[in-house]
Amino acid sequence: MSDFAVEALNITRSFKDGEVKALGGVSLQVPRGEVFGLLGPNGSGKTTMVRILSTILKPTSGSATVNGFDVVKQADAVRRSIGLAGQYATVDENLTGFENIRMVGLLNHIDKSVASKRSHELLEQFGLTDAGSRIAKTYSGGMRRRLDLAAALVARPPLLFLDEPTTGLDPQSRQDLWSIIETLVEGGTTVLLTTQYLEEADRLAKQLVVLDHGQIIAQGTSQELKTQLGNTVLSLTFASTDDARRGAELVRDISDKPANIEGTVVDFTVARGPASAADALRRLDAAGITIAGLALREPSLDDVFLNLTGHKAEEVTESPAEPAKKQRGRKAKA
Amino acid sequence: MSTSTISKKSRLRWSISDTLTIAKRDLIALVRIPTTLVFAIIQPIMFVVLFRYVFGGAIKTPGNSYVNFLIPGILVQTTIFGAVGTAIGLAEDLQKGLIERFRALPMARMAVMGGRTVADLARNLMVIVVITIVGFLVGFRPTGSFVSYIQACLLMLLFAYCLSWGFAFIGLAAPNSEAAQAMTFPLIFPLTFASSIFVPVLSMPSWLQVFARNQPVSQAAEAVRGLMNGQPHGNSTWVTLIYAVIALGLLGPIATAKYKKVA
Repeated sequence: MSDFAVEALNITRSFKDGEVKALGGVSLQVPRGEVFGLLGPNGSGKTTMVRILSTILKPTSGSATVNGFDVVKQADAVRRSIGLAGQYATVDENLTGFENIRMVGLLNHIDKSVASKRSHELLEQFGLTDAGSRIAKTYSGGMRRRLDLAAALVARPPLLFLDEPTTGLDPQSRQDLWSIIETLVEGGTTVLLTTQYLEEADRLAKQLVVLDHGQIIAQGTSQELKTQLGNTVLSLTFASTDDARRGAELVRDISDKPANIEGTVVDFTVARGPASAADALRRLDAAGITIAGLALREPSLDDVFLNLTGHKAEEVTESPAEPAKKQRGRKAKA
Repeated sequence: MSTSTISKKSRLRWSISDTLTIAKRDLIALVRIPTTLVFAIIQPIMFVVLFRYVFGGAIKTPGNSYVNFLIPGILVQTTIFGAVGTAIGLAEDLQKGLIERFRALPMARMAVMGGRTVADLARNLMVIVVITIVGFLVGFRPTGSFVSYIQACLLMLLFAYCLSWGFAFIGLAAPNSEAAQAMTFPLIFPLTFASSIFVPVLSMPSWLQVFARNQPVSQAAEAVRGLMNGQPHGNSTWVTLIYAVIALGLLGPIATAKYKKVA
């Protein structure tokens, strides 16, 4: 068997008879036993990629193997070797937590008694023992995600697909999920994770691929990407747009990348945050330009995209890349 | 984890097991969601009461007391309404992304629709029992034999089961469960009301009689009524069976093709 849990070669996928191209030739290799991150904004093709690798969708062209099985020709073998969970937490609202996990177990063709035992174990592992006999409709968002994840693990799959597992969750639930994922990986599970959050990818994923409009625009370890991007964003707010333009021009050399000017706010990607900030302040003060605000922050996905593509990772409200989702009118993302 | 080479026999065994797993889940939902339970049971009881005591006095049914005419009709109507459940249930599963999740599982592909239709079959069986009891309480005294009563019930169940594959298509084509329900309405309404379910077809204007006499639901109602009351009912049993086979043979593949496309 190959060293990779997932190997995809030149995957493309079009929707609506080729009118919409969700993926334009994506190749990736996911090493076993670690978290692999697929980072990108809405509509970048992340979910389409996961749907193809989990055999829900067929690729328009290209090929992929998952755990050594071809996703098209050996779809059933792929399905027996994966678990899938995600932002939509597709649990059956009318079943209890226990029934949900057990049902997925039975549909994975596990023995009835094993499925029941495993369901109890997973409920305990995910802190849902008390809620296990309540119907899932009564669960909070975080509980639903945990239940969804627990069900995905019932057959002990060696590879887990997590499609935006924390999108729309509160910070505490997000932290909880992160530590669950870390525990799983310690136990030897391979995880392919999609996310819109740089922070999440940074915390969990060893290797990252950044997708934009169905294309890979960057890849590497998160450290490599960060170095490439600069570690910090220095955000300066000026009194007027005119000041902003003049100020940006004056201190342009604090970053080797062009500043992003939006109204009265100017963002620089800098290597050494505090030193650059002090430097900028001194020079602006000397030139008599007053600033209304200053902030140093970690680069966000927007900054990543700005640096890599020159455009913002705009919120694509009408996600053309995933029409199935839109048509079916599922809940909008938070 | 199973091996990748699965014999035909175990494939069939798993298909049945998966179908029953899904059917069980659908039945659990039926019991737990009060509105569907009301729709399934309370509504037909209201129809019984309405027609037995409000409209019934004005309806003349030669050869039968009105209650003996009505109850077999209500049973047919109710089982057809039950088939609508297939449309609503599938639309809801699709809308909530459950069908997509099922697709990533190594389960039998057809178990989602198979399970749903089997669940609706079970629900129809339950409703038949309930309405039969309610019928007896309001004076229904079928004059046919017990055996032909059972035959009538089996005929209804088969007829409704075959129809549910047609409704499965609607469920898969509808954007959501509300739309699915709305889409079935223009079909269900003429089929159940322009029929011999509540009134004799002879009381209708002649242009309507042509449709009302020959359409599938009327034929099913004629057959069920004839069997339950031990009266001659022409070839309506055979016509009902033919309608059922056509529905399944025609609509089953269409629904299956739709399922493969959308899911």
